[in-house]
Amino acid sequence: MKIKLNLGAISEPLQSEKLKTGDWGTHYPVVDKEKCNGCKTCEQYCPDLCIEVKEVGEEKYAVVDYNYCKGCGICASVCPFEAIKMELKDIFKV
Amino acid sequence: MKKVVRGFYSVAYSVKLCRPNVICAYPITPQTEIVENLAAMYANGELGEAEYITAESEFGAASMLVGASAAGARVFTATCSQGLILMSEVLFNAAGMRLPIVLVNTNRALSAPLSIWNDHQDSMAMRDAGIMQVYVENNQEAHDMIPQAYKVAENKKVLLPFMVCMDGYKLTHAYEPVDLLEQEMVDSFLPPYEPAAYMTTKKPLAFGCYAPPHIYMEFRVAMQQAMERAKDVMLDVFKEWAEVSGRDWGGHITVDFPDSKIFVVAMGSVVGLLRKVVEELRNEGLSVGLIKIRTFRPFPVEELREALKDAEKVIVLDRSVSFGYEGPVSIELKSAIYGYSSAEIYSFAVGLGGRDMPKDFLAKIIRDVAEGKERPGFAFKGYQEFEEVIP
Amino acid sequence: MKYFGSGHGACPGCGLPIAVKTVLNALDGKVFAVNSTGCLEIISSQYGKNAWGVPYIHSLFENAAGVAAGVEAALRAMKRKDEGYVVVFAGDGATADIGIGTLSGAFDRNHDILYICLDNEAYQNTGHQQSGLTPPGESTTTTPAGKVLPGKVGRKKDMISIAVAHGVPYVASSSVGYVSDIRRKVKKAVKFEGAKYIQIHSPCVTGWGIDGSIAIKVARLAVETGLYPLVEFEHGKLTSVRKIKDRKPVEEYLKLQRRFRHLFTHEKGKEMIKLLQRFADENAERYGLDLKKE
Ligand SMILES: Cc1ncc(C[n+]2csc(CCOP(=O)(O)OP(=O)(O)O)c2C)c(N)n1
Ligand code: SF4
Ligand code: SF4
Ligand code: SF4
Ligand SMILES: [Mg+2]
Repeated sequence: MKIKLNLGAISEPLQSEKLKTGDWGTHYPVVDKEKCNGCKTCEQYCPDLCIEVKEVGEEKYAVVDYNYCKGCGICASVCPFEAIKMELKDIFKV
Repeated sequence: MKKVVRGFYSVAYSVKLCRPNVICAYPITPQTEIVENLAAMYANGELGEAEYITAESEFGAASMLVGASAAGARVFTATCSQGLILMSEVLFNAAGMRLPIVLVNTNRALSAPLSIWNDHQDSMAMRDAGIMQVYVENNQEAHDMIPQAYKVAENKKVLLPFMVCMDGYKLTHAYEPVDLLEQEMVDSFLPPYEPAAYMTTKKPLAFGCYAPPHIYMEFRVAMQQAMERAKDVMLDVFKEWAEVSGRDWGGHITVDFPDSKIFVVAMGSVVGLLRKVVEELRNEGLSVGLIKIRTFRPFPVEELREALKDAEKVIVLDRSVSFGYEGPVSIELKSAIYGYSSAEIYSFAVGLGGRDMPKDFLAKIIRDVAEGKERPGFAFKGYQEFEEVIP
Repeated sequence: MKYFGSGHGACPGCGLPIAVKTVLNALDGKVFAVNSTGCLEIISSQYGKNAWGVPYIHSLFENAAGVAAGVEAALRAMKRKDEGYVVVFAGDGATADIGIGTLSGAFDRNHDILYICLDNEAYQNTGHQQSGLTPPGESTTTTPAGKVLPGKVGRKKDMISIAVAHGVPYVASSSVGYVSDIRRKVKKAVKFEGAKYIQIHSPCVTGWGIDGSIAIKVARLAVETGLYPLVEFEHGKLTSVRKIKDRKPVEEYLKLQRRFRHLFTHEKGKEMIKLLQRFADENAERYGLDLKKE
């Protein structure tokens, strides 16, 4: 079977999203919906573009896309309301 | 319209007729007046919508052309020697990115010692870049080659940079009568550039991506295939040019006196003089013919095999050296005809750094080979015997 | 609409994607991105795994400014300038060292481009070698702290002044520690016709030896100590600085990072810390960083 090869290694946009980086980290963020006021600070700082404030019914809070989250902890560190806690993934627990 | 002009002007004027969008260059002898002529045209509003940019270096000029070409522009630059070598990192890159950049190289020697005079060492250093190279014999051919270069480079089957090589001084500074092309003729021969893919927010593609081992090699194979297709595309374009311009410059090589026993092979402006030399030697009764290599990349392998299949002796006049081996044209010719011709190969490096190659000098080389006074192999011709000393 | 995708290969906690997405969002994705070889390029532009949602080009390590100038010239020649802003993303090495020639050329010709220098203070992509923007006292793999030497000796090249000296209309420094500052400056920069330069301090977790969770804190400390002043020049005039309330001693910034750790034990460490404090003080003086107490 012949593969398709783009002229001059030109690439289509946003193909990185095929790569799920969610298994990179040891920790993962957990958002406390009660404490979160939807200020979007975490969203603005997340290097992996995987935490986003969403409106769910009446509520508005940050939702993590664990497919991509690398567990860096930046979101937790910048949240003005301490609404995010980093937790160790089960597989790293001894 | 026939006019006596200098080589620079024949190039600059032809470039203008090709309606490039972006011209970007840096001066270096003996290319300088090409860009000066274009700058004057720009200053006089004669380049239409084109942007003419004076770069901070040849490296910068080539870099700008990469950006402009990727953004969908038809682009032009000219350089040589130190300038070409300074561009080389960008040009290798442009070829891999498959950008149909057209440039003129006014062949000049490389430093050290510094020399502004003509030989082919500069363009030979670029032979592995993935850039097409055509060597012209005179200023009319240079003038005619520019629209053809664009047409070949921009062909969707090719999409590689194209370098027109013309001998510095010997052609650039020479006054010759040149039949200057008409705009309408060039317009109908060379349609406006329609890039295959280009940078636009309408379709946000990424150019210049890197390739890990699992996919890198495929892109390099694709470049080779594009070069191979370029051979046919060039022949079509050369033929079309002959029809519309009435000037037939031949194919990848031209062969004078194909039934000869001895052949002289050369590229560039020396071919004009060699033609006279060969004619005179034939009048003396020598069975000598002349092969002019026009297309050096892609290399005219089949054409040379065919032309040299019955030859007894082949004299290759190289204008550069691959130090530690011999002249590159001769190296390549040998590998091309290997197994197809039993001719003895006489490889000579001549005319380095502008060293004069008068008629008698060329005639003597051929005569000596014919008379068995030379042995097959490699030698420099036309230099003074010396003993190297440490001062 | 995303202009920079998830799934890119940056180390967890890297500052580069934060800077990039902030710039792209600030311009609503109306961007022609030009990138030099380096970390950002490697994490985002592998063939078939491209993270960019805007037209993008990478050519070489040292020619991004030239390539951008070419893109800009082409857009101008083809009357397509309305399509978007030409924005360079280049590392500190690409900018201050190897690419300063093409950058100077582009500034000199005043091409209508926005040049973003992503300053992570070393050649991070190739394994943390020193660049012209590495601060003194930093231990890098080419300026390692040894028995004699306390890391890099010399100073951090003042690219802001170099940019200003070119007479370009807008020059600023910013930091990944303050994304709203980046956003504001980018939006302002593109209002100027001509070449714009913004140097963004961007934490590199791997090279600096920090945990992602403190990356933003460290970036902010660089500003709060006066080591990385956030300034803005319009047409050569200083128009704004980010004031600091209680400027912190540089040790607070240095002690959090592995790249400076030796300074607290090395024979010449004290001297180096003193030098860095002097640079911070000079910045404070020069730009009037300190908020005067009433
Ligand atoms: C001409 C050339 N020299 C050296 C390199 C190797 N190289 C690639 S990226 C890089 C360092 C990049 O440093 P910087 O610009 O600061 O970007 P960073 O990776 O730190 O973000 C080097 C040395 C190269 N690609 N090209
Ligand atoms: S920063 Fe904190 S409060 Fe703000 S949206 Fe994120 S989680 Fe909610
Ligand atoms: S831990 Fe890091 S990657 Fe994951 S959501 Fe938070 S900031 Fe994003
Ligand atoms: S090495 Fe540093 S700059 Fe490079 S991706 Fe990792 S954190 Fe980012
Ligand atoms: Mg760097």
